[in-house]
Amino acid sequence: MSDTTLNNRFLVREHHPENGTLLGFWLYLMSDCLVFACLFAAYGVLGRSYAGGPGGAELFDLPIVAANTALLLLSSITYGFAMLEMQRGKVGAVQLWLAITGLFGAGFLGLELYEFHHLIEHGHGPQTSAFLTSFFSLVGTHGLHVTFGIVWLITLMIQVGKFGLTTANKRRLMCLSMFWHFLDVVWIGVFTFVYLMGVL
Amino acid sequence: MSDHHHDHGHHDDGHDHGTLKSYTIGFLLSVILTAIPFWLVMHKVLPSKSTTALVILAFAAVQIVVHMVYFLHMNTRSEGGWTMLALIFTMVLVVITLSGSLWVMYHLNANMMPTMQEMKAMP
Repeated sequence: MSDTTLNNRFLVREHHPENGTLLGFWLYLMSDCLVFACLFAAYGVLGRSYAGGPGGAELFDLPIVAANTALLLLSSITYGFAMLEMQRGKVGAVQLWLAITGLFGAGFLGLELYEFHHLIEHGHGPQTSAFLTSFFSLVGTHGLHVTFGIVWLITLMIQVGKFGLTTANKRRLMCLSMFWHFLDVVWIGVFTFVYLMGVL
Repeated sequence: MSDHHHDHGHHDDGHDHGTLKSYTIGFLLSVILTAIPFWLVMHKVLPSKSTTALVILAFAAVQIVVHMVYFLHMNTRSEGGWTMLALIFTMVLVVITLSGSLWVMYHLNANMMPTMQEMKAMP
């Protein structure tokens, strides 16, 4: 099968989606959105219950949060570049941008783990107060999503390396694209609602 | 009217997966919309805390829409409008969950939880 027939067939499927994978994945993201809404609501209710312990103003280090935000935002646009190269069918460029995205994601995760480690080391673990319990649940769940996103990204890099940009792989890359950008959207809520409003 | 709109949607379908331009616009807007809230909070620009909180929440809301449009390519046409319908439904549930929890729990705290002093004063 030549590359053009593959492309043509792919485009036709795009115009009239017989395959519901992308819609189904969107529905999964929406249910994930509800999970995060519950965690945000828990943080909103418990976020000021310090139980005599430290509050957000003493604990949060805004420069680290700003760096984290920058890393995640950069990873979003590099994933976008990977998608653009995917449309052009350039395997090497897709792999390169995916690798850069993965590195940004790993950097984000590293900074977040450093922050968590720092907090727990100084005796401000999740068991300290309701505020810290809800903080670790919300931010930790987001971090867990990023972790699985990176695992998925590496899996797809191996897939693309082995089988090229097949229809199935393109569909998978588009699903991961939605997942990755969705995580960035959730992070907007986290840095605004938890960190910035926490230090006010 | 709606027929015309549908027709129009079919013509620029390539737009659905983003272009270099749309990604760049989205990225620049996001950088600006992220930098301003951080600047407002880190340098304590606004006099009152509640004003700052409202302003940064507004910036977050705008940035979420920017991400939806430029990175997730949301529009009313994709997948025959089902993604938008699912999104609206989810947003309704999110608003009910968030505002309902905050509202109910605030009143529970305010009306029912006795403070330590009150507990000691009780017979």
